[in-house]
Amino acid sequence: MIISDWKVRDVDEIWRLCDLVKIVVLVKDIPDLTDIKIGQDRRPILVSVKRKINDLDKRALESAVQLKEKYGGEVVTLSLGDEKTRTTILDALSSGADSAYIINDKELIGLDALTTAKVLSFALKKLAPFDLVLCGEMSLDTLSSQIGARIAEILNISQVMYARRIDLVGNKIKVERELEYCEEVVEAELPAIVSVIREINEPRIPSLMNIMKAKRKPVIEWDSKTLGLSVEELKKLSAIEILDVKAPLVERKRIMIKGETPEEVAEKLVEALRSEGVLRDLQ
Amino acid sequence: MTGILVYSEDLDLQLQLLSKGRELSNNLAAKLYALVIGSNVEGHVASVLNYSDAVITIENKSLEHYDVELYKIGVVEAVKRVNPDVILIGATKFGKELAARTAAALDAGCMTECISLNIDKEGNLLAERLIYGGSSIALEKSRRKPHIAVISKNIFKRLEPSTKVAEVLRLDTDHPKSKVQILEKREKSKSDTGLEEASIIVAAGRGFKKKEDLDLLRELSSILGSKIGCTRPISADNGWLDEWIGISGKKVKPRLYIAFGISGTIQHAAGIRGSQIIVSVNQDEAAGIFEISDYGILGDLYTILPALIKVLKKVKKTES
Ligand SMILES: Cc1cc2nc3c(=O)[nH]c(=O)nc-3n(C[C@H](O)[C@H](O)[C@H](O)COP(=O)(O)OP(=O)(O)OC[C@H]3O[C@@H](n4cnc5c(N)ncnc54)[C@H](O)[C@@H]3O)c2cc1C
Repeated sequence: MIISDWKVRDVDEIWRLCDLVKIVVLVKDIPDLTDIKIGQDRRPILVSVKRKINDLDKRALESAVQLKEKYGGEVVTLSLGDEKTRTTILDALSSGADSAYIINDKELIGLDALTTAKVLSFALKKLAPFDLVLCGEMSLDTLSSQIGARIAEILNISQVMYARRIDLVGNKIKVERELEYCEEVVEAELPAIVSVIREINEPRIPSLMNIMKAKRKPVIEWDSKTLGLSVEELKKLSAIEILDVKAPLVERKRIMIKGETPEEVAEKLVEALRSEGVLRDLQ
Repeated sequence: MTGILVYSEDLDLQLQLLSKGRELSNNLAAKLYALVIGSNVEGHVASVLNYSDAVITIENKSLEHYDVELYKIGVVEAVKRVNPDVILIGATKFGKELAARTAAALDAGCMTECISLNIDKEGNLLAERLIYGGSSIALEKSRRKPHIAVISKNIFKRLEPSTKVAEVLRLDTDHPKSKVQILEKREKSKSDTGLEEASIIVAAGRGFKKKEDLDLLRELSSILGSKIGCTRPISADNGWLDEWIGISGKKVKPRLYIAFGISGTIQHAAGIRGSQIIVSVNQDEAAGIFEISDYGILGDLYTILPALIKVLKKVKKTES
């Protein structure tokens, strides 16, 4: 348990003293990328593709659950999704989240990063007070990697991205983070938003009992009305429009080389590569 | 006159983006600005003088570390000053968080992982960007200024410097105490492995059981005169090699890429798409890597790799 004594912030009245750690994990359910087929017109086919929780968000959740195991408090997930998210989110509830909040509103599907971050920030204000928001460094479907930083700006809270280790020290959070040039250990005021990288942990595999229990955990659905959002204003604010999505043409020969012995296989390969002209230096 | 503002703390990347910015600025009749932020910017400023019309510098002791909250204030001030139509930011990790944070402060859109940029008839920015883990390409339009695009290294070519020297505009900015404090910083030894320029790459995946086993790959590599690459777990989890290939690592385009014990996930595949010929060795018939290979060998790398070394040695001997 940790006593947070941070001050009421100037921007929002919502941050108040609390004596338990509440961690909100941003969880996005995305199409299973290995399941996406490419159509005749080279467009990816997404209907009927299985959905699962973004791998990095699962790692963020695992970090949250580990912090909870150490310091107490509660872990809730927040997703901007649709009716299918109810099913996908069971995985998070089996893996240690106490409850799940899903923003499910047809009008809020297909928003850009700017408006998505606004919606999530509204929801986070409703979930306040919290000490920590955790998310993956990016979602593997859109690869936009913007949401965490945008929320930090909108809510004016500490921003620490690319975490490889997270711990609480007193009323601050201590994070080891990784950039191309250096590794940093930083300390940030709470509340903070922290994004995690793949190497932070291996998410646990939920036990059968926890999978059963998950079905009884609370799942709360919100829409634009509960959040007090004007859909019209959001749409006006949105800045990026997707015009088209195509898979690049991959034309590979896909020839399997076979032989009686490894040497025979190797000889055939070398022969093939020489006739391709890619072993220039040996020719 | 409109402007294009270009920022990256990585000098090479900034010069590449300034080169692309020059092309766009000709289309838009815009002024090209290089933005340099830091605690000691002199050297960096000197290097961009011949690549821009004006250099905006923000120099402040508090900007010693890559603190996104403080750097954001700098970018926002620069934007207020020159009111650019387009902002290009280098897609380093820091660049990405800075771009998103700045975009939020400006209530602007932002396109990341861009691989091409164009201006449409209305003056909007069009970008092609990678999505679905790098397996597809989306065409997106930014319909409101400022248009912000974030671009990785080696997407655009660096041009020759111009003989014109840019003017320098110094901005004074206030940077309050950040909510994030640095306790420790370890510089990484920068080893440029030359993967991006390599014409042959042999690469290791988790099919390798021990670090020492990479010696086999090194032997093959020295015969082929190639560079050695790997997947993310081999580098980031095991620490056996410095750099990995893929969507979050190096993107390579050799004429020959040979993958040993690599499963061929979307994230890895996105980094090798530009290869002319892809060869893979894997013991799992169903491995996805075979789908994106020109030549596949179903088998144990621990027998195929030595056989390949033997055959290549023989070939080399008889021909020299
Ligand atoms: C945000 C994010 C970004 C990522 N970015 C990247 C990236 O840029 N690059 C990257 O590579 N990964 C990336 N990954 C990780 C990626 O998802 C996979 O984990 C990784 O590519 C798998 O590496 P691998 O093929 O070496 O290992 P595995 O998937 O474990 O495959 C090992 C393969 O070796 C074969 N094998 C085993 N033993 C032998 C043997 N004796 N002989 C022959 N074959 C054998 C197996 O059949 C298997 O196919 C990223 C992940 C995330 C979440």
